[in-house]
Amino acid sequence: MERTWNNKAWFMVLPVLLLVAFSAIIPLMTVVNYSVQDTFGNNDFFWAGSEWFDEILHSDRFWEAMGRNLVFSAIILIIEIPLGIFIALNMPKKGWGVPVCLVLMALPLLIPWNVVGTIWQVFGRVDIGLLGYSLRALGFNYNYVNDPFDAWVTVIVMDVWHWTSLVVLLCYAGLVSIPDAYYQAAKIDGASRWAIFRYIQLPKMNRVLLIAVLLRFMDSFMIYTEPFVVTGGGPGNTTTFLSIDLVKLAIGEFNLGEAAAMSIVYFLIIMLLSWVFYTVMTAYDAEQ
Amino acid sequence: MARIDCNHIRHAYGPHPKSDKDYALKEVHHAFEDGGAYALLGPSGCGKTTLLNIISGLLYPSHGDLLFDGKDVTNLSTQERNIAQVFQFPVIYDTMTVYDNLAFPLRNRGVPEPDVDRKVRETLEMTGLADMAKRKARGLTADQKQKISLGRGLVRSDVNAILFDEPLTVIDPHMKWVLRSQLKQLHRRFGFTMVYVTHDQTEALTFAENVVVMYEGEIVQIGSPAELFERPKHTFVGYFIGSPGMNVMPVAVEGSSARLGSQTIELPAAPKTGTTGVIELGIRPEYVRLGATGMPVSIRKVEDIGRHKVVRASFEGRDIAAIVGEDEDIPADPKIAFDPAGINIYADSWRVEMGG
Repeated sequence: MERTWNNKAWFMVLPVLLLVAFSAIIPLMTVVNYSVQDTFGNNDFFWAGSEWFDEILHSDRFWEAMGRNLVFSAIILIIEIPLGIFIALNMPKKGWGVPVCLVLMALPLLIPWNVVGTIWQVFGRVDIGLLGYSLRALGFNYNYVNDPFDAWVTVIVMDVWHWTSLVVLLCYAGLVSIPDAYYQAAKIDGASRWAIFRYIQLPKMNRVLLIAVLLRFMDSFMIYTEPFVVTGGGPGNTTTFLSIDLVKLAIGEFNLGEAAAMSIVYFLIIMLLSWVFYTVMTAYDAEQ
Repeated sequence: MARIDCNHIRHAYGPHPKSDKDYALKEVHHAFEDGGAYALLGPSGCGKTTLLNIISGLLYPSHGDLLFDGKDVTNLSTQERNIAQVFQFPVIYDTMTVYDNLAFPLRNRGVPEPDVDRKVRETLEMTGLADMAKRKARGLTADQKQKISLGRGLVRSDVNAILFDEPLTVIDPHMKWVLRSQLKQLHRRFGFTMVYVTHDQTEALTFAENVVVMYEGEIVQIGSPAELFERPKHTFVGYFIGSPGMNVMPVAVEGSSARLGSQTIELPAAPKTGTTGVIELGIRPEYVRLGATGMPVSIRKVEDIGRHKVVRASFEGRDIAAIVGEDEDIPADPKIAFDPAGINIYADSWRVEMGG
């Protein structure tokens, strides 16, 4: 077959290119621009080189926020992944219970993030919130506003409530794709409940679990809205995660240069982690 | 190994079966002899897999009993029945090695490790998987995976029977032959009781000594491949076995002759019955002789399929197939004759004896 070369065809992609430029490339370049310049106002900018980056990478505040964020991600993964698997294993596989469970599971995922935050902010209040008030009434000294531990527990429970469903739905999809013959063969082979889980269900859920871990890690590493609405990053800085810190820096303190440098570092970290996950997943696929 | 008795077994998937239509398995009363190789043959939905799952204990029959060597096992679980089953799609434990796959059923039963090792090595030899024992089961081909499924049954030497549920469906055609002959070999060497479900007549006829043909939830005929071919008990067996299937045409029987339209066909003997209901004459294409003498037909089509030719013709307004040799000529004024040895008479689809 003869190929037709027509370089004018490139003009056809121009509208998309312009759109992407306005929505992504130009704003991103603005950030790059800010990150290497400084200003004393009056729209006078001068070259700052890598100063902002130095500052960010040597700032305790940045590394503390990073540390808190990693701990947060680790905790929610440790809770949400096993809990999600457990719920998926116990969901009905057929009958009227299936749509009921699926709808119940999907509900938290349909609620906008700031609404989730607001719900828990009110729910946990010790004066009018059902949770906070009840805990108080039961004799627990619970108060997420001034106790860092209570604040962490609240933010984590909220995330588990909001996002475990995602893990459940992914695992459930993996589970229902296992043909009946596997369970029948396991019965004939005399496999125990644990052996069925370990050698049939878990291997079949492997791929969806990787996706679940990736999604939950990324989301929790970028979490902003819900903890911001509930705790505002407090008490003190104890629930200030990376993106909350970034907003404080950029909007609260109007420290544009440092915020821009932090954005870029943050962005690079997320890119790096995505790449690691992607590599692990494709390597796993190739092995199959 | 054991003899398996099915005592008036009926099964319905719905909770309250009322008419015969509600039963996936209408009534099966049959014994599978110890050490026999049986094929359950029939079209999709005829109840053969249902019967197999009842034997293995994956399903419990709505009515009737199941006996292994005279012992009632109807209410026992699959494990207690000690049965091996190979499924349509190979079931392997992906994350384990071939060796561990075979060891799995033994380890689950708490067999001591030295015995496990000995049995697994024997089974690896038997199935020809010895050189891949250390490999992960995941990367193997479909036929190797199916051998692992089989091996997990063979490794337990005390199993009562090995059941196969269309085990060669996903195997490449050239490997089907290999696996089938290996199965036959295993059967000859070790004398397992084997029940093999299939809808492929070639598979059934080459594998089994006894073929059980099922149709709409019933056993219609049990016999050797030759019996099924020569004397189909039911017109369904005639259609289903053989390629092309048996020619079946409605006739009127008078004494020892049958009339079809303006033609009269001599029967080898008078049928025994009072010849009530729908009377049909069945003759396999192999017994229809095409030549210059006999009854006139008009040929519609000749299919050359290699070893022989299939002639599709119109006889008294009905379709008829005949098989002629690869080198034989098709006559210009074709006539057919029926070889009396191949004629069967059916009343309401069931075969009636002739003579005596």
